[in-house]
Amino acid sequence: MAEPRSTAKGTAAEAVALISNAARARTNGPSAPLRERLIEVGLRGCGLLSIFTTASIILVLAIETFAFFREVTLAQFLFDTQWTPLFVDKHFGIWPLVSGTVLTTGIAILVALPFGLLAAIYLSEFAGQGVRRLLKPALEMLAGIPTIVYGYFALVFMTPILQAVIPGLAGFNSLSAGMIMGIMVIPMISSLAEDALYAVPNSVREGAYALGATRLSTIFRVVVPAAVSGIAASVILAVSRAIGETMIVAIAAGQQPRLTLDPRVPVETMTAYIVQVSMGDTPTGTLEYRSIFVVGATLFVMTFTMNFVSQRLTRRYRSAV
Amino acid sequence: MKQIGRRRGVVIERLFVALCLGAVIVPLGLVLVLLGNVLSDAAQRLDWAFLTSFPSRKAALAGVYPAFVGTLYLGFITAGLALPLGVGAAIYLEEYERRGRLANLIELNIANLAGVPSVIYGLLGLGLFVRVAGMGRSLLSGAATLALLVLPIVIMASREALRTVPLSLREGSYALGATRWQTIRQVVLPMALPGILTGSILAVSRAVGETAPLIIVGALTYVTLLPDGLGSPFTALPIQIFNWVSRPQAEFLLNAAAGIVVLLGTMLALNTTAILLRNRYQKRTY
Repeated sequence: MAEPRSTAKGTAAEAVALISNAARARTNGPSAPLRERLIEVGLRGCGLLSIFTTASIILVLAIETFAFFREVTLAQFLFDTQWTPLFVDKHFGIWPLVSGTVLTTGIAILVALPFGLLAAIYLSEFAGQGVRRLLKPALEMLAGIPTIVYGYFALVFMTPILQAVIPGLAGFNSLSAGMIMGIMVIPMISSLAEDALYAVPNSVREGAYALGATRLSTIFRVVVPAAVSGIAASVILAVSRAIGETMIVAIAAGQQPRLTLDPRVPVETMTAYIVQVSMGDTPTGTLEYRSIFVVGATLFVMTFTMNFVSQRLTRRYRSAV
Repeated sequence: MKQIGRRRGVVIERLFVALCLGAVIVPLGLVLVLLGNVLSDAAQRLDWAFLTSFPSRKAALAGVYPAFVGTLYLGFITAGLALPLGVGAAIYLEEYERRGRLANLIELNIANLAGVPSVIYGLLGLGLFVRVAGMGRSLLSGAATLALLVLPIVIMASREALRTVPLSLREGSYALGATRWQTIRQVVLPMALPGILTGSILAVSRAVGETAPLIIVGALTYVTLLPDGLGSPFTALPIQIFNWVSRPQAEFLLNAAAGIVVLLGTMLALNTTAILLRNRYQKRTY
């Protein structure tokens, strides 16, 4: 009786419709007590707050972005290869910040993808129920540690270890920040990919065994392909999370916008630039102040697109299984 | 031939299982080792004086007092703002408007908001609360920003909790002549409350660990007074840690480690409360 709706979906849905119609007719029509109607309006207001939030985000970013492009041309933004709004000789080419973000995100995914996917396979295909119930939340805990703590890990532990192995590694570099960020996003991939693998019905596995397939070929030729859209959704979500991640890269990757894909040198990501400007006391209405909103808008468009694609893919595997 | 092939297959399979297990154990082990290192670094600095001292230019004398108090204030105000608004939205979506067009729009919107990076919420707070609403770089601006940030978490957890209340109880209440709000207030909410609280505490714990939005909204890094109202300037533990990590002198890294232990301890206390609530809740059967 814990979940009556999932056990008898059809009848429960009918009952909901019946009751909500009856209740609406009886309590919240024109003859309903004023109190009831006021409460409903108040609750709807709470629900609408989320739409107000999204609208405000878009509005705040858009207003400052338009003000920014009144002073800087789109060509300067897209075709210059330097980003130096804080210097006397100002350049506004976004690419150094984008390359810094792409580099740290790429390194993070190179770490998180193999770990996350293998962990998902272990939890879904090999682990017993008890082990799974213990290890899955343990992995998810990795995503709950504050990012400032990961930033400290990257700067204080990871960089010195890597410096001992890689000669010429700078004190601030994208390699160390990216690797630690990779550990942080492992649970994004492992949890969602595991959900997708776990949702593949057992009959599919049994069918493969009946045809003489080994356990490994069942996993790689049957189960993983069946869950591929869910796995893709998890990876895109991890990429989106890594692009928006701020403190790790602000602490450990440096604050030097540089158009490079060399993981050993200091770079600056979009998020780290926003933090760098915010740490100084930038007066409202200046070009520096507006530049963080422009960078924010770029970031918002990137993550929004990825989250959208990820959601579509998730819906696809949910409807397919 | 065939037997050797089969045996090799078994060996490869075992190796693969070990590899997969390694993929779970290695990141967990690594983070545990790193946390152990932080603890041993923190042990050199963490004492009662560290908790009750103001920041200082001398690392050995500096403490987290205003940052810790700021974090507590932020946590409470954030909860005070996000909890009623989030639960209200969840009630509206679950009890009033289950499948309307508006409900779909709100639902899609909440899912999207949950994926917006926290720096963007910082920019929202800076533009909306600090500038347009004229609240300045205040405690209230910071808490309001964090409240918007965790609102999707509160809403999703509360909806989950409302969904576990059996339909038959609502029917029973209606049959006794209760109105919709009476049913929600006296039957549905009390039963869903532990689940709602669990989710909300986890959301506050998330808010307490956030750094970037507070930096953008304008938390200070050097505070010598405790906040004395919603409008006063503020700092928080993550901001103080960031400040210490950013300094070149090595002795401040020990302060950062000690600050991290205080921050993680605070979050652990919150999460433990949430888990205890959940366990109590799960024992109940209907």
